[in-house]
Amino acid sequence: MTKKLGSVCRWTLSAVMVIAALAGTGEAKTFRWANDGDPTTMDPHARSDLFVTSFDMNMYEPLLRRNRELKLEPALATEWSNVEPTIWRFKLRQGVEFHDGTPFTADDVVFSAQRAIAPGSDLAGQLAVVKEVKKVDDYTIDFITDGPAPILPNYLVGIAIMSKAWCAAHNTTSAAMLKDEESYATRNANGTGPFMLKDRQPAVRTVLVKNPNWWGLKEQPTDVDEVVFSRIENVATRVAALLSGELDMVYNVPPQDIERIQKTQGMKIWETPELRTIFLGMDQSRDELLESNVKGKNPFKDKRVRQAFYQVIDEDAIKTKVMRGFAHPTALMVGPGINGYDSTLDKRYPYDPLAAKRLLSEAGYPDGFEVGFDCPNDRYVNDEAICQAVVAMLARIGVKVNLLAQTKAKYFAKINAPGYQTSFYLLGWTPTPLDTLHMLSNLAQTRSKDFRDGAWNEGGYSNLSLDELIQKIQVELDSEKRNELISKGLSIVKEDFVYIPLHQQMVVWASRDSVDLAPMGNNDFQLRYVKLK
Amino acid sequence: MIAFLVQRLYQAVLVMLTVGLIAFALFNYVGDPINNMVGQDTSLADRERLRQELGLNDTFIVQFARFVGRAARGEFGLSYQQARPVGQIILEKMPATLELSFVAATLALAIGVPMGIYTGLHRQSWLSQLLLGLSLVGVSLPTFLIGILLILVFAVTLGWLPSFGRGNVVQFGWWSSGLVTLDGWRAIILPAVTLSLFQMTLITRLVRAEMIEVLRTDYIKFARARGLTNRAVNFGHALKNTLVPVITIAGLQLGSIIAFAIITETVFQWPGMGLMFIQAVTFVDIPVMAAYLVLVGFFFVVINLIVDLLYHVLDPRLRVDRERVGVG
Repeated sequence: MTKKLGSVCRWTLSAVMVIAALAGTGEAKTFRWANDGDPTTMDPHARSDLFVTSFDMNMYEPLLRRNRELKLEPALATEWSNVEPTIWRFKLRQGVEFHDGTPFTADDVVFSAQRAIAPGSDLAGQLAVVKEVKKVDDYTIDFITDGPAPILPNYLVGIAIMSKAWCAAHNTTSAAMLKDEESYATRNANGTGPFMLKDRQPAVRTVLVKNPNWWGLKEQPTDVDEVVFSRIENVATRVAALLSGELDMVYNVPPQDIERIQKTQGMKIWETPELRTIFLGMDQSRDELLESNVKGKNPFKDKRVRQAFYQVIDEDAIKTKVMRGFAHPTALMVGPGINGYDSTLDKRYPYDPLAAKRLLSEAGYPDGFEVGFDCPNDRYVNDEAICQAVVAMLARIGVKVNLLAQTKAKYFAKINAPGYQTSFYLLGWTPTPLDTLHMLSNLAQTRSKDFRDGAWNEGGYSNLSLDELIQKIQVELDSEKRNELISKGLSIVKEDFVYIPLHQQMVVWASRDSVDLAPMGNNDFQLRYVKLK
Repeated sequence: MIAFLVQRLYQAVLVMLTVGLIAFALFNYVGDPINNMVGQDTSLADRERLRQELGLNDTFIVQFARFVGRAARGEFGLSYQQARPVGQIILEKMPATLELSFVAATLALAIGVPMGIYTGLHRQSWLSQLLLGLSLVGVSLPTFLIGILLILVFAVTLGWLPSFGRGNVVQFGWWSSGLVTLDGWRAIILPAVTLSLFQMTLITRLVRAEMIEVLRTDYIKFARARGLTNRAVNFGHALKNTLVPVITIAGLQLGSIIAFAIITETVFQWPGMGLMFIQAVTFVDIPVMAAYLVLVGFFFVVINLIVDLLYHVLDPRLRVDRERVGVG
């Protein structure tokens, strides 16, 4: 009997202890979320992928960051200016420490910029204009550029600052990912950001905890103590885990699941127009198309044919039927939120099958023609369905489109440089620095021999007066003048039917309605904005 | 016996080499990994440099030879996606798949065999008809649909079981086990049931057919004539003789459970080798795909070997034959 009593006592005691422990952790706020992709590396320079960079930037910080309205604001730099046309000077924040306690100084900035430019880093392309990074004093840095570089600060948003001492101590002073051994920075992190890495199980689970010493806590206290990220690839499972209460938030919800989540009590949909523009492109450089029954000439060289394609595509139908309303039809190759976007130009040419038919006849194709069409089926929201709709619409003017929809690994291998093996294709584009120049120089500038200019100009459009304009935009430091030049560029692209812009898709997230989030048009998910009620 | 094992080992190497060769020949058609590895601003020169470093410009024969050469030294390279040694990734994922397969196979046998015996012995009973009807549903529904349905019922509607992942796992050296925690057991139920359903049906039907067959044979009639109890006849004589084909099939099926856990693992985000393979395919992660395919080839060979050895235990005639051959 006493023995029994003893064990009861022990049980009660341990139960009390468990409850106490639970109560202790009960105050800690955990935020659980999931996505289909994984932040494949914790090394912020190794991969320039929207999701990886966005995830890692909760632990690491750049010199300047974007706030929830996408405006540039100080992060590790407190002020910056163009002291000379080719020198950007940054004043650094003082009293900042890395997660391991080492103080942050100018040496870390010089080191990080060099690491980001050196072979092995995937960010070198974004910093191509940087000639030298110079320390002026412990808290001042000069970026010396090759010619004036008006949008260098925009690019620096993506360049994380790492600790020089930490990288040296762990033999990871270069970002090379695929050397024979795993780099220490792949699964470890030491930044200055609001969250610290606690546990990393690649492709399964990543746990971050609040950085109690973050410099920004005074202005913006982070509400969450612990963040648990799970990778869940199957969309049905991801949504189920949200509905069953195992998750607080799901990143990237496809249009077909939105209604169901909205109808569920206690759930909330977050949406904002994405900065990516989905468009169609046409081969305008070859003398004969690779995939067409028209021989000896290229129909897409005739502007009337491009316009006919444009006007027979009913974007409103694509928006309502394929995208279920979650799209923003566009006349421009950049959307609102991108610097240089001009709302006065953003009026689509009308949907007009009769006019299209007439234009095609005038161009010499009264019965249409046949053309191949390349499309990814796992890259953009409902990409293959959009392409199928386009095929049906073009059939109305007698154009027989042979659709080849395939996985992105095969699709990009086919249409990209140096082969550009395509006649007609669907692509999406978000300008990395959120500036129109990036779209113009990648998509509309004449391809250069080294593929630096017009790298993604798959159709090979070439217009020397537009090229001149782009070169002016590249070096114009006066933002008002610069934006005027950009407007000119945008209207040339529009009026020449260089591309057929379709829409900007929407960023759609879902969460419990007790969660407050800040969805951003560039797909950036900053955990510092998460609030749990 | 040793000669037999050596011969089998030799076969295993041959199977793995063939699988590897076919795999490398197919990788050309999976797509280009480079675009998945770099951002949109990476210059063409940098893309080419990466392609060169990874040896992707070589013909598949050269790539295969390099793979074999490195594999012989126990190196499988770094995953393109995770930038970690492939061997390490596979070792991390293997326990999850093996535990899931083991639980699923146990379920399939523990439920499938009794169901087969019952339906074989009581062919006309309504319960047999019901069980067979249900098992037909089990084979006809695709795995992912069953998985999603189970999630909908037990995770979303009832909220009893988790919809994804492995729950809490405990590390024993390199082996991570979910079978020692309550949370781990809760997490394994739905995927294990999903994965076992097809095999369970198969085993039920196989045992039933074999039982019916064996019960018609003369020695069963003699056994009854000798006045043995039903129990002795059914289980001592009939069942034991149905087991040889059952073990063959169950063994081969264990191989396919491991290999085809892919779909179940994807539905339940079970962090095993099947999910790893799917992730590798979408990313065109050639080192991971190659190592996985060769490993699965190896599993099949080993399982077949074990099945062959089990025959000898179960069927005395095979033992006698081999001994005679040995003597002769």
